Formats: sequence, C-alpha cells, structure tokens
Amino acid sequence: MDNRKIRVLIAKPGLDGHDRGAKVIARTLRDAGMEVIYTGLRQTPEMIIEAASQEDVDVIGLSILSGAHLALTPRIMELLHEKGMDDVAVIVGGIIPPEDVEKLKAMGVAGVFGPGSDTGEIVRFIQNLEIV
Amino acid sequence: MSMSVTELVEKARAGHRRSLARLISYVENQTPEGAEVLHLLYPHTGHAYTVGVTGAPGTGKSCLVSSLTLHWRQQGYTVGIIAVDPSSPFTGGAVLGDRFRMREISGDDGVFIRSMASRGQLGGLARTTFDVMRIMDAVGFDFVVVETVGAGQNEVAIAKVANTTVLVEAPGLGDDIQAIKAGILEIADVIAVNKADRPGVKNTVRALKAMLELGHRKRVISHHGMIMSQDDGAGTIVDDMWMVPIVETIATEHKGIDALAEAIASHRAYLEESGTQLQLERMRLREELMDRLQTTMLKDLLQNIDSKTLDDVLDQMVSRQLDPESAVMQLLEYR
Ligand SMILES: Nc1nc2c(ncn2[C@@H]2O[C@H](COP(=O)(O)OP(=O)(O)OP(=O)(O)O)[C@@H](O)[C@H]2O)c(=O)[nH]1
Ligand SMILES: [Mg+2]
Repeated sequence: MDNRKIRVLIAKPGLDGHDRGAKVIARTLRDAGMEVIYTGLRQTPEMIIEAASQEDVDVIGLSILSGAHLALTPRIMELLHEKGMDDVAVIVGGIIPPEDVEKLKAMGVAGVFGPGSDTGEIVRFIQNLEIV
Repeated sequence: MSMSVTELVEKARAGHRRSLARLISYVENQTPEGAEVLHLLYPHTGHAYTVGVTGAPGTGKSCLVSSLTLHWRQQGYTVGIIAVDPSSPFTGGAVLGDRFRMREISGDDGVFIRSMASRGQLGGLARTTFDVMRIMDAVGFDFVVVETVGAGQNEVAIAKVANTTVLVEAPGLGDDIQAIKAGILEIADVIAVNKADRPGVKNTVRALKAMLELGHRKRVISHHGMIMSQDDGAGTIVDDMWMVPIVETIATEHKGIDALAEAIASHRAYLEESGTQLQLERMRLREELMDRLQTTMLKDLLQNIDSKTLDDVLDQMVSRQLDPESAVMQLLEYR
C-alpha cells in the first residue's frame, strides 16, 4: 500500500508583507490534492531550507513580490545543493520581469510564474514534475 | 537520495535530520521501506516522554507547543513535534499551517517539526502518527509532542497514544464547554486555559473545575493487573486517582508555561510511581496488536476468496437464505 502525496512548501522570503498570493496558491494546490506546508512571511533562506528538509517536500514554492528574486534565489539554490537536496524542485512566483526568467532557470529554478499566470497551469506543472 | 534503509537509520540515529525526514516519509506513505524502518528502530523506542496537545481550533495549541518547547530546550531537553491537520475529505489535499506558529523554535538543532495530514483517518490522527512518534523516540528526542485538532472523537485517539494529554481551552468558548463536557474526564490529564489575557478566564476555569469535580474517571483493571479498555468486558472498575490540574497560560507571552510544564511533570511522576505507566503501555500495545492482527488476518483470508464466492454469499444473505454469522462461518472455510 503506497499512499504518496505530493508535498509542497510555500514560503515568502524577503521583506514585503503581502501573502495573499501565497495563500491563494496554497489553497489551489490543496484543492488539487497536494499537502501544502505554509510557512508564512519573512522567511530567511536558511529557515526555508530547514523547513523543506524536515518536511521532506517534493517542491518549494517561493512567492517573491519585492523584486528581490535575483538576490534571494541563488542562496536558496546553494543551500539546497549543500544539503544534498537537489531532488527538490523549486518554483518561483510573483512579480518577475520577463528578462529575469532565464536567469532564474539558469540558477536551477524549475519553473517561473509571473503575475498573469493561471493557477491551473501551476498545478499541472507540479503534477508533471518527475518526482522521485 | 538513494541510500539503503539501514544506512538512513544509522545516520538518523546519529543526528542527521535529513535522513530522519526521509524515514518519516517512508513510514507515512506506508511503503515497504517503512516497515523495515520500524523493524530496525523498534528496539530503540520507549525512552521519549510523549505529550498530546489537543483542543478546539484556534485555542492556541501551536503557540503553546512552541512556548513549551522553548521551556524544555532551556532545560536542555530535545523535542520532536508532530503537528497533525485534517486532510480535505473531498480532494485529499491539506494546508498544514501549524509550523507557521512555531517560528520561534524553528532553526534550533534540538527541535524537529513535522507536519502531517490526517489522510482520511477518523479520530484526528493519521494512521501512521503513532509510528512517526516511535521514529522520533528512537532517534533520541527527550519529548515527543503531537498537536491535533480536537473535536469529539479526535481527542480520544491522541489520549490513547500519548503519556500525558493536555487539553487546551480558551475563554469565550462558553457554549463549546458543554459539548466537550462528556469527553473531558476521559481524556484530559492536564487542562490549559490559554489566552488568559482575554476576559472570561475565571468563568472558564470555574466551569471546568465544576465538571472535574463531578468525579474521577474510571478505568477497568483486569484480574491480571492489566488495565483493559472499558468495552473489553471483564475486569474491575477502579477510580483513576489523578487529579487533573487546570493551568492558566498566555502562550504568546510565554506566561504560565512553567506551571504547565510542572503539571505535565507531576502527571509523569504519578504515572511512574503508581505503576500506571507500565499498565497503560501494555494496554496500548495489546490494542495495537489486536488491530494489526485483525487487518493482517482479514487481508490474508480475502486473498483466498475470489470475488465470485463473495458475491454468492452476499446474494444468499440478500435473499435471506443465509444469516450473517453463518456467512462468516462459511467464508472462514477458506482459511
Ligand atoms: N490573546 C492571545 N492570543 C493567543 C494566545 N495564544 C495564541 N493566540 C493567538 O491565537 C491564534 C491561534 O493560535 P494557534 O496557536 O495557531 O492556535 P491552534 O489551536 O494551534 O490553531 P489550529 O491549529 O488552527 O487549531 C493566533 O493568532 C495566536 O496568535 C494567547 O495566549 N493570548
Ligand atoms: Mg495549530
């Protein structure tokens, strides 16, 4: 009997105080049958990786509205690698200028979802990830 | 991370948190590896003190667990926490939000927090919660705390597996007190009236005291000195002599936490000195053994019975040719 569920950590690194978008995503993923750990506002990269490790999630979803995505993401990717967690997929959502999408992907981010993204698209993206 | 279960178990016991997290997933997902994990770890269990924290939604359970954990950490103890939230019955998904309220203890090496969805299990605990408690016990946490939302039956499930069950109440839930009244004597070893900074605390405490004074809870002791659950039948009914303390707390300000920890410690001392601890553990294991035996035997039996045979028996029951008990006897022939 194998009862696997896709587990996703939703975190908001950085200093901006808006978590409405993050909460909407958390509920959307729940409604798609996933288990979502919601860690809330102002998380440091260290806190996010520690939580992702203990919760053994398949996916980390970062919601970044502050424009700090290029500053925050490299540290998160580096910590994941240090902890031997390269099998965890990272997706980034929020206000991401089109020219930064490729930069994020080059850092190892699996998917980037801008403000116009349809939530169903995010669900399908996660469901299609090669989750080991 | 492709490492053998034996390797992962060794690393987890040496303090490697990522390995511990993976072991928990194996068990939570009820995989074959999970069974191996429990087989390897079982001999190392039985050292942690287990505390269940339950109560109505929003009473401050997570904040209280966090604050209590800080207290135990200051005394040098390590703490493993399992926070259980319900899965949606419709989609099977869940939003697990307790960790968010425990920010002040995350990042501490001596603390490990794992969120679990109940995955359709009634009673508030996931089917595997008890096994995950065992894993945390076996890797050496001094305290293992389980937070579960209480509403009716849920509290009973946690009370069965934790050494001490803390029931969290909050002022202003006046009408709910009526609803939980019946359950209180059965499950609470310690009651925390949280949000004591809010108006109405004294009333809540008074109401709870009045209920507790209605009498001691009963336990049934068999003639072999083994406590049996009430519905097991034969045995002598005795009063449990533990007096349930009521402690006022303000979790968000870390007030009353010393008293709460003290109450838990007193209950622990009572269980140990009265010999109740050993009796309870034996009863728990007996219940688990019966449960597992039932599941396994049923599964084995059903493997020998094809669906046509089962349908035939059902047809005969529907047409009143075969009564249910005779049907059972007939199917048992396939053992
Ligand atoms: N005034 C006051 N608020 C508190 C206290 N303890 C917790 N809270 C607040 O109560 C709310 C709920 O706290 P939680 O700890 O999440 O409650 P919970 O019982 O774990 O909630 P669920 O897990 O959702 O059932 C939060 O907004 C807390 O800040 C307290 O002692 N006083
Ligand atoms: Mg909670």
